[in-house]
Amino acid sequence: MVTDAITRPVTRQATPGHRPRRRAGRRNNIAGYLFMTPWLLGFAVIVGGPMLVSLYLSFTDYSLLGSPEWIGWDNYVQMFTTDDRFFASLAVTVTYLVVSVPLVQVSALALATILNRGLRGLVIYRTVFYIPSLIGGSVAIAILWRFVFAGDGLLNGLLSVVGVSTSTSWIGTPDSALYTLVVLNVWQFGAAMIIYLAGLRQVPAELYEAATIDGAGTVRRFRSVTLPMLSPVILFNVLMNMVGAFQAFNSAYIISNGTGGPADSTLFYTLYLYQRGFVDFDMGYACALGWILLVVVGLAALTLFRLSRRLVFYGEES
Amino acid sequence: MTVLTTRAAGRSRRRTSTLRGTTPPKVFLSHLGLIALGITMFYPLAWMLGASFRADSRINDPGLWPGDAFTLSGYATGLAGLSGVPFWRFIANSLLVSVLCVAANLLACSITAYAFARIDFRFKRIWFAVMLGTLMLPHHVLLIPQYMLFRAAEWNNTYLPFVVPKLLATDAFFVFLLVQFFRAIPRDIDEAAQVDGCGHFRIFTRIILPLSKPALATTAIFTFIYSWNDFFTPLLYLTDTRLYTVPLALRAFIDTTSGSAFGALFAMSVLSLLPVLGVFIAFQKLLVEGIATTGLKG
Repeated sequence: MVTDAITRPVTRQATPGHRPRRRAGRRNNIAGYLFMTPWLLGFAVIVGGPMLVSLYLSFTDYSLLGSPEWIGWDNYVQMFTTDDRFFASLAVTVTYLVVSVPLVQVSALALATILNRGLRGLVIYRTVFYIPSLIGGSVAIAILWRFVFAGDGLLNGLLSVVGVSTSTSWIGTPDSALYTLVVLNVWQFGAAMIIYLAGLRQVPAELYEAATIDGAGTVRRFRSVTLPMLSPVILFNVLMNMVGAFQAFNSAYIISNGTGGPADSTLFYTLYLYQRGFVDFDMGYACALGWILLVVVGLAALTLFRLSRRLVFYGEES
Repeated sequence: MTVLTTRAAGRSRRRTSTLRGTTPPKVFLSHLGLIALGITMFYPLAWMLGASFRADSRINDPGLWPGDAFTLSGYATGLAGLSGVPFWRFIANSLLVSVLCVAANLLACSITAYAFARIDFRFKRIWFAVMLGTLMLPHHVLLIPQYMLFRAAEWNNTYLPFVVPKLLATDAFFVFLLVQFFRAIPRDIDEAAQVDGCGHFRIFTRIILPLSKPALATTAIFTFIYSWNDFFTPLLYLTDTRLYTVPLALRAFIDTTSGSAFGALFAMSVLSLLPVLGVFIAFQKLLVEGIATTGLKG
């Protein structure tokens, strides 16, 4: 306040235009915060507030009835020392992520590269490959998947047509159940493919021409022109795919009937969190699981950004 | 605008790249591979469509055509619905929720995006960083407190838990998408309007919004599809069968039809996919460009 009183008259003299600008600034502040009101409210009530509450609850024993009882680090201690299902679910999600994200990205990039070579019917191919991404997360497709990979399902029916007779239920066998969900995720490579296609179009043709003149073959052109030019898009796609994979829930819920079975083989982390919270009503524990997820996603994103600092090419000057 | 130019550039580039060294047999092989892949990917969908018209006894037939097993009983059984509530009711509920979510998202996200893109207010950079942070926030951290909050407000068995978060612009992805789009609109236009005495509200409604139709359309279409497919929110908040949305009704169908009436389950699954496919086909061009320019995941 004191400094304000001292500097104000001086600055007013020094810069005659200062006062109206300041008034405009104030007007902008009012307008800005008026426009921001819904988001600020939402952030406080729906996002930020619940985050803090969740942190608090993670240190309590709370069943939704009664009031939360402070138990310190007990939830976290239990998680890391005695809870086998916690590790099982973390392993399921991480396996799913590590297997399916590279498969999705490689398929998407491969298809985008092929389509970008100027084939006819690009629009049709693009549409066909994209449609699964729109519906892949729906309950209807999860139901379809149950039937495709069931013991008397479509896959085994097709196999018997070509002479391989088996009645293995792919979703009923712990070793393969998770991979039916990986297939479901890979089936949805189209969304990433479209982003790659857009990225590929931004690569200047001159670079390819120059590379060709220098004697670079297809593989070399891909490695030395396409990949570096596309690296920011790759980072974006991998990041979004990863964050999505961490939160996978619907298909696993439908395919395993909410159990995460057989033998916890599709017990995705989020499914376990849901079970602890809304089946066992162990709300404090579920909140602790949520915070661990937050930390894991944060660390994974950080690692990715660290890696990308060396691998991603943002143009000449940077 | 930018979309148009990149498309034109892409086209001419493609022409040169076709001329450069891609031999006819190679092109033929590429088409063959792509068509084979497309058929493989669509086979399960086509099979489900076929199976929805097949008698339950022949449901596991891997063929596509129902043939002499053709029946409409799957649709008849399915449309009869769950515990006396016809399936149309679930479709109507889903439509209502989705349309409300679209309206809420359009309104709230565009207002917020305008502030971020066009108004210089204090601490804007900090808030923007916070908003970007919420983009990657796993939703499950907020789950239980949100559930407690909405329950305390007695919002279970209403559609408020679907719509109110959207009215409060918590769908950060669309805020971000619109900010990017608004920023690309030349500032001269609104500066001219400002000289003519327009305030922010009028610049927003008369200039920015009309110029942003593609981005708004992308927001609307994706919000519709996400809300239509949303399974988690109804799973948490809806217990009254009459209020069920389609995904929750389908899930309840699995339980009631276990061991029988697969035809009905397939028939209703097919019906549930139609609105999404319809919206996609109707707005295909807008959508694909929207994803391409913003990097949305479907």
